[in-house]
Amino acid sequence: MSAQPDALLPFADAVATFDPVLGLEVHVELGTATKMFCGCPTGFGAPPNTQTCPTCLGLPGSLPVVNRVAVESAIRIGLALHSDIAPWCRFARKNYFYPDMPKNYQVSQYDEPIAVGGWLDVDVPTPDGPRRVRVEIERAHMEEDTGKTTHQGGETGRIHGADYSLVDYNRAGIPLIEIVTKPIEGTGASAPEVARAYVAELRALVRALGVSDAHMHQGSLRCDVNVSLRRGPDQPYGTRSETKNVNSLRSTERAVRYEIQRQAAVLAGGGRVVQETRHWHEDTGLTTPGRSKEQAEDYRYFPEPDLVPLAPSDEWVAQLRRTLPEMPAARRRRLQADWAVSDFEMQSIVNAGALDPIEATVADGADPAAARKWWLGELARVANERGVEVGELPIFPADVARVVALVESGALTDTLARRVVDGVLAGEGSPDDVVAARGLKVVDDDAALLAAIDEALAANAEVAEKIRGGKVQAAGVVVGAVMKATRGQADAARVRELLLARLGVSG
Amino acid sequence: MAQPADLTRLTAHDLATAVAAGEVSAVEVAQAHLDRISAVDEAVHAFLHVDTDGALAAARAVDAARAAGERLGPLAGVPLGLKDVLTMQGVPTTCGSRILEGWRPAYDATVTRRLKESGVVILGKTNMDEFAMGSSTEHSAYGPTHNPWDLERIPGGSGGGSAAAVAAFEAPLAIGTDTGGSIRQPAAVTGTVGVKPTYGGVSRYGLVALASSLDQAGPCARTVLDAALLHEVIGGHDPHDSTSIDAPVPPVVEAARRADVRGLRVGVVRELSGAGYQVGVQQRFDEAVALLEELGAEVVEVSCPHFTYALAAYYLILPSECSSNLARFDGIRYGLRAGDDGVRSVEEVMSTTRAAGFGDEAIRRIILGTYALSAGYYDAYYGSAQKVRTLITGDFRAAFEQADVLVSPTAPTTAFRLGEKLADPLAMYLNDVATIPANLAGIPGLSLPVGLAPEDGLPVGLQVMAPVLADDRLYRVGAALETALLDRWGRPLLEEAPSL
Amino acid sequence: MPSITRDEVAHLARLARLDLTDEHLDRLAAELDVILTSVATVAEVATADIPPTSHPLPLTNVFREDVVHPSLAPEQALAAAPAVEDQRFRVPRILDEE
Ligand SMILES: [Mg+2]
Ligand SMILES: [Zn+2]
Repeated sequence: MSAQPDALLPFADAVATFDPVLGLEVHVELGTATKMFCGCPTGFGAPPNTQTCPTCLGLPGSLPVVNRVAVESAIRIGLALHSDIAPWCRFARKNYFYPDMPKNYQVSQYDEPIAVGGWLDVDVPTPDGPRRVRVEIERAHMEEDTGKTTHQGGETGRIHGADYSLVDYNRAGIPLIEIVTKPIEGTGASAPEVARAYVAELRALVRALGVSDAHMHQGSLRCDVNVSLRRGPDQPYGTRSETKNVNSLRSTERAVRYEIQRQAAVLAGGGRVVQETRHWHEDTGLTTPGRSKEQAEDYRYFPEPDLVPLAPSDEWVAQLRRTLPEMPAARRRRLQADWAVSDFEMQSIVNAGALDPIEATVADGADPAAARKWWLGELARVANERGVEVGELPIFPADVARVVALVESGALTDTLARRVVDGVLAGEGSPDDVVAARGLKVVDDDAALLAAIDEALAANAEVAEKIRGGKVQAAGVVVGAVMKATRGQADAARVRELLLARLGVSG
Repeated sequence: MAQPADLTRLTAHDLATAVAAGEVSAVEVAQAHLDRISAVDEAVHAFLHVDTDGALAAARAVDAARAAGERLGPLAGVPLGLKDVLTMQGVPTTCGSRILEGWRPAYDATVTRRLKESGVVILGKTNMDEFAMGSSTEHSAYGPTHNPWDLERIPGGSGGGSAAAVAAFEAPLAIGTDTGGSIRQPAAVTGTVGVKPTYGGVSRYGLVALASSLDQAGPCARTVLDAALLHEVIGGHDPHDSTSIDAPVPPVVEAARRADVRGLRVGVVRELSGAGYQVGVQQRFDEAVALLEELGAEVVEVSCPHFTYALAAYYLILPSECSSNLARFDGIRYGLRAGDDGVRSVEEVMSTTRAAGFGDEAIRRIILGTYALSAGYYDAYYGSAQKVRTLITGDFRAAFEQADVLVSPTAPTTAFRLGEKLADPLAMYLNDVATIPANLAGIPGLSLPVGLAPEDGLPVGLQVMAPVLADDRLYRVGAALETALLDRWGRPLLEEAPSL
Repeated sequence: MPSITRDEVAHLARLARLDLTDEHLDRLAAELDVILTSVATVAEVATADIPPTSHPLPLTNVFREDVVHPSLAPEQALAAAPAVEDQRFRVPRILDEE
């Protein structure tokens, strides 16, 4: 780690002086049942070294055999990105030593990737609504993941200062697709947002394809961020840094912003940017230098002799093309029209990760506005508290649809409905289970409500006088007291009606 | 059939027949060979590990199966030596290297599994040049194997242990692996039969890779028929090996029994003779070709002009692939770990381990391959070598338009003396000059003994090569020649070897 | 004509993770020079119009179905490891993060 913190130029100054150019390399871990080259399962979180075999442990004599579904997933990703699918391509060995890599080479693709070219349109949020940016794709290729290393001793469990490390090879050999963009130019000050929007769109794409769960926090989607600066759009590219293993959308944006500010400070001070890899630190929001170009490994790529070439036939590719689902952007446009929401509202739905749940809730019969209110309101709040995505909460869209129905029918008030949702999230069962178990129902007996109103008026004589005197807005205090007395089970609108009638005032 | 005095002198075919007929038990056969190993292997050093208990247990299982009336495979009860480069679950597998000392694999190679399933009795693991790099078995970390014809001479390599075990009657059969001649050249210098099948004809799963695009396991035997029987047991498609051919094993046993070359066009490769070939080797080879003609073959001369570059291409492709294949031996997951004092970094421990665990030849080839693949050199070296490979394949294609099989001396010389070429890597590499082209093109090759060189009284081998998947032709020619030579000699060549 | 220096061999040895003595590096430099000079002849015939052959047989599209096969038991996976802790392979400290 660098002893001294990096000098940073204020972002506005940086992008006023320099033109940032981005490059993004995204690794997507495929959700296949088995690994890229062996029959071991790929489940996340299994006990260490329980999902290994001679092949993924790199035992002497073991051999790889390609997983057909992994190749199909790669081709489908390529097709969705409008890439050309190579009629003939190969795997290559990338040779370097690292203890998390059982063979000390990674089986990857080098100059013969499965998918070449293509593009992905992303909607970059701006204060004036989304702006569409076309990100050109360089290539997408297949490779295998490495094992997982944990560092022991030292102070922090970090690699630096550790006494030794422990390796679990469960992840070794899980199929990865690496998607590499062409240099992304002309983003200017919105470079961080473009980077974030691209990764988000790619994530939506692979999820829509059903090829990966793409959970960044579990590492099943990882991003390397390349940033360089130049003096202007007509200037040659500057020297780039490559920031590795950025593991959230927010970090993608922050890492780009940080590198722009850092490099701008170097250049503005008359220095030269060093070509190097850098490491992103989630906790501090800093990048620190890794390996420089001079120290860069010579990977000695050569065609993997244990595997034969891939030659996807036109028929196979055509058949896979027929399996492509509606692309996320088209779907968003369709849903936005169906739900009649503004660009801005749609953007917040997407940002909250609430598109799938809202669509499902609507499909289960809820009104779009009501569904949106729940998923962007109460549920978004809880998800935020728990540090998960809204779709990961233990509540089904059908549950939310049921709650909406209960409110609409007048069986629940909003307040009660929130308690029902709390119950579902607490694992107390379906909405109906919670209603029954907690005895939640709107108190719709006017006589009971009037009794409670009288009690509240007696306790708030001054307020009662004010209302009688025409200050109708003071009614809220009494209504609140009644709601409290009925533990929220009354319909507040009905209480207000009854109250005003009691006092002979018109609302 | 009356029980012979010495079971170790029988062919695999005769042993299997005797076991199947109940004339002798598999346990007796195994014990006879274990006794022979005890008697002679101190001098020969063909075995790195003798699995006495495992062999006897396997033999008992064969006897029990027979007693239960089960149908036995064609080689059930026949003992075999397994080259130490193939994994066998629970049995030490070293590849002749210190770096794997004590490693007991968690799994069986496909070849090993097929042998076990067919009732072949695996006696143990045979010696070899470290990771199959060499032509003399002197590069074994566990000491050289000695040629049964002359204990001061090399048994060939890398599979010298397998060939010597067969030649010394320690086993009627052995498995070798052939990357540039490691089955055929040892066969030639020990007076035995060795076959490199078509690349992809025998699974490489569990064969510790030297050069993945060249390696192929195959049979070592004393007769052509025995080799064919073993070929049929180990051959065939394996879904665990992506480079394995999904086609039936060529009819090798049938071809070995047919033993007829009438009308067959035999091509003598001009580039694989003359300068560099020992006079007596050339003489025996020429006589054998004449014999083939007498047997009704049509002999033609063919030219393969790019064979001149085969050795150079091979010594770029092999080190390149092996530098990568041997990277996994790093002291992390299995095998030797050296220099781990709790202070040194993983990189230092890996480097210390590898320098301590690999012998000189392995290090030489790893460095050579690292160079040939590195940035700026790839095109000139590895890339060019791959183009030469294309040219050599083209030479074979053209030659096989003129001839059904090609022949040459297997090795340019008879067995040389231990230590003679150890200091001169290039001289050592030249031993494989005639065998390498077949590996580069993936075609099958067989070596069989065709007599003793007059000048030193040591065995000479003749190599037969055939097109891809025409392995049966090797056996047809080999068996015809073998029968005719046996006729001429009156007894097998190995009977001429001094007793141990 | 290749002429390979000890420094070059030292660089290759580092790439290949081989901790060799200076004497060994010198010896290798001399040997490699002879071998490389000899094998460099491949360039004589390797013209641009010749396609490379990386694999002896023209096979393509060999796949495995995406079906789980039993993995090794962790005891088996770890049985041969020089050092084990917490069912993981224990390795000396890693200095340089990739
Ligand atoms: Mg990659
Ligand atoms: Zn596995």
